[in-house]
Formats: sequence, C-alpha cells, structure tokens
Amino acid sequence: MKTLAIRIRDLWVNFNHTPALEDIDLDIQEGRYVGILGPNGAGKSTLLKVILGLITPSRGEVLVFGENPRKLRHAGSLIGYLPQRPLSHPRFPVSVMDVVLMGRYGRIGLGRRPGREDYEIAKANLARLGILHLADRPIGELSGGEQQRVFIARALSMEPRLLVLDEPTIFLEPCAKDELYEIMHGIKEEMNLTVLIVSHDVGAVVQHVDDVVCLNRRVVVHEAPPIGRLALESTFGCSVEYLFHGEIPHRVVRRDV
Amino acid sequence: MSELLAMGFFQRAVAAALLLSLICGALSVFVVLRRMAFIGVGISHSAFGGVALGFLLKVNPLWTGIAFSVLVAMLIELARARGRLEEDTAIGIFFAASMALGVVFLHLSRTYNVDVFGFLFGNILAIGWRQVVEILVVSVAVLAAIAVFFKELVFLSFDEEMAWVSGVPVTALRYFFLVLMAMVVIVAIYLVGIILVSALLVIPGALAGNLTRHIRAMAAVSVGAAAGSCLAGLAVSAVLDWPSGATIVLLLALGFFGSSFLRGRRFG
Repeated sequence: MKTLAIRIRDLWVNFNHTPALEDIDLDIQEGRYVGILGPNGAGKSTLLKVILGLITPSRGEVLVFGENPRKLRHAGSLIGYLPQRPLSHPRFPVSVMDVVLMGRYGRIGLGRRPGREDYEIAKANLARLGILHLADRPIGELSGGEQQRVFIARALSMEPRLLVLDEPTIFLEPCAKDELYEIMHGIKEEMNLTVLIVSHDVGAVVQHVDDVVCLNRRVVVHEAPPIGRLALESTFGCSVEYLFHGEIPHRVVRRDV
Repeated sequence: MSELLAMGFFQRAVAAALLLSLICGALSVFVVLRRMAFIGVGISHSAFGGVALGFLLKVNPLWTGIAFSVLVAMLIELARARGRLEEDTAIGIFFAASMALGVVFLHLSRTYNVDVFGFLFGNILAIGWRQVVEILVVSVAVLAAIAVFFKELVFLSFDEEMAWVSGVPVTALRYFFLVLMAMVVIVAIYLVGIILVSALLVIPGALAGNLTRHIRAMAAVSVGAAAGSCLAGLAVSAVLDWPSGATIVLLLALGFFGSSFLRGRRFG
C-alpha cells in the first residue's frame, strides 16, 4: 500500500465559536493530483492552512507524512505552498530571483546566505516554468500569469514532497488556466509530488486532476470505496463527495448552500 | 562653517548624526515595507513615559526609556497576536497611556530643571561623548542584527505566512524587530526628539522606495538620504539658528516630496 501524504481524522476548526470546518476525515495518498472544490466560504483555504500548520485545529488530528504539520515546518520544508495572494505589496523591491530563492531560506537556515547550489536550484525551477529570462526583473513588473509562475518556482525550490496551491488560477485568463494545470501535471510527474490544488473553478479542475474533494462550508469528507455520490449525500446530508478517477465520472454536483 | 567644524560640540553632533542616519536609514526600509510607520510613532511616544521614569528614579533615562519602549512594543504585539485588539487601536491606547504616565512621573519627580523640551524635540548640539558612545554601541548592535537576519527580514516583509511555512521563526523575528525599533528610537531621540523621531524611521525608506527598484539600492539610498539631510540640517540650523531636529525632519520631508515628483515623472 502506498504511504499517506495527508491523514485527517475528526477535524474541527472554529472561528469565534462558529465552525468553519466540521468533522472532517480525509486521506490523500502520496503521488496523487487532488483538486479541492467548493463554493466561496466553504473553508477550502482554512483546510489548506490546517494542513500547512498555519491554523491549529479546534479538535481532531492532522498528519502530513505521518507528522504534525507544525513540527514538520522545521524539518526542512516538506510542503511547498502557493498562497492565494502572494504579492501583498505590488511594488515590493525584489527581483524574481530573490523571490524564488526565498523558497530555499528554510533550508539555508538563519544568518547564512544562499550558496551556489541554491542559485542552481532556483534557476532550474525558473527554467522548468519557462521564465528563466525574467530572473533579474523586479517582481512587481511582471504580469499576473508570470508572477504566478514565479511563486510556483519558489514553492518548488523548497524541494517539497507535497505541493499546496491555493486558487492558483483565480486571476488568470482561461487559456492560461489550462496551461497552468498542464504545467503542474508535468511537474508532478517529473518531481514525483503529491499536489493539492484548491479552486472554485469546477470545469477546469476536473479535467486535469486525479481525485476531486468537494468541500462545502460545514463539511464531511469521506474517503471511501465508491459507495456513490448519492449514498454519501443521503448519509451526510450535504454535497460532499470524494470521487475516484475512472470509477465515478467526473461530474460534480453542487447543492445550494 | 569651518570654525564650527573645529568645535567639539559640533563634531559630536556630526558623529552622532551620521551613526543615527546609518541605523535609521537601514531600519526605515523595513518599517516602510512592513507598513509599521504607526507602530514607530507608538514606540517613540511611549518612550516619554520611560524617560520620565528615569528622572523620577534618578537613573540614566536611556535605560528606562529602552525598557519602557520595548515593553510597550511587546504589549502592542501581544495584543495583536491574541487577536483581541486591532493593531492601530492597541498602539493608540498604549502610547497615549505611556505619555500620560510620563507627565505624572515628571510631576512626581519635581525636577523642573531637566530639559524636557530637549527630549521632546531633540538637542543634538548638547550631547556629550558619553552619548556618542551610547549611540555607537547601539548602532553596531543594530547593524549587526540587520546584517545577520537580512534575508529573513526581507522574507518576513514580503510574505509572512510563506516565511512561517518555510520554517523561519516568524514570531521571534517580529518581536526581535520591535526591540530593534525601540533601541533605535531611543538613541535617535537625542537627534530629533520623541515627537519627531518616527520621521527618521519612515521618511528615508519612503523616499528611497520612490527612487529604487531593488531592496539593496533602496537601503543605500535610504541611508544616504538620512545622512544627507542630517548633515545639511545641522549646517542649515547652525547658519539660520533654527532648531536642528526640526530642520533635519523638514529637509527629509522636502526630499520625500522631491522623490515623489521624480517618481511621478519616471513612471507616469
């Protein structure tokens, strides 16, 4: 049996006594390309942040490669992350190369400068995403699509085993969206990654990923033998599904919230 | 002017001003990028409470000032981290309370002969070698800290969440940066005073941000702008017999408006 990249049991997250995530059980196998779908406010980003260790669950257990994610971040970054809005300051004065090198900082450690190996890794990832020629440009002068590639190159430079992407296509044109999913697929194969991609873009996601996890505000997600969408829905009374590639067609029904 | 340069008090003022330009210019880059201008105001004003406590206890106001400012900075950060208070609300409350405390301390100490006005608006021409040495020690410590943690501070300013995920000790660095700010604020009070000191932490970085596109260049321009306006400010204030701290801040502000104009022309 393959190892589990993510194992979640009985997860609850409350914000101000209101549940944002409720009673979640979810297993994600290593090496899968998983799309997490759901409407706005469904708790998709919250789920990612729990997996990253940024949010401590109110209840329940989250293991990433068998470890608590809050401990994992010190163990040389096994998780590469693409935040939803990575450029908080539109004119932040750093070059593309500086940004990609940030992915190396956790491994380089405090008080030390990036070495030749770090530059090589950063360059290789820029080349992989086809933007090596932009390395010396200020990050703020790039287009949205180019910036997104820079941040993916940064995530890859962490040399992760799990890559977590929060709405990577939200500001992209339709063609650029498809291209991004294809690039991610190639990278996943090449680097042997587990990829978690959050989106509310149902159509695009289901065409490209292996598995789909549907999340809806208060969510119950069950990894399951394919007992079927209807059975799950009738059991749990909400539109949560875990669809397996090939076993159930990739059609996602979203119930009104 | 050459007679002035030969005088001890002016030499001390120039030495102190150059050291302070270096640390204020360097720190200012991060204050601007991390949008911490208001917390600079909060820390500097709360120093008044600490300085007054020094008068009351008859100890060197430098140490009580640093202790007080660090404490207030920590409380502001703690309130923010707990999520109970918005940061700007916390700053507004803490610095007003510290200043009020300072007024009461001064009243209780009954030392009417201390130079309160000098603390509020700076009196660089009055400092002795002892103060210059204090500034030197703080400057070396602050510059060393910035050099050692430069890449982490940039990462933190750029994307704090991502820095955390990468294993950077974000919380420790946040507090550490506040301590640096408090130390710089206290020694910079000699130059421009409590009321104006936040200008030295904001304007050089903002000015440099207008003219540069890379953080290293930004730091260099920021330090240069601080040093230039300090030296020019000392000279102008000597010639016109204006208060030196206020003259320096006015020149910095003038430089900022000039840089905004240049940026507007360059970037349309």
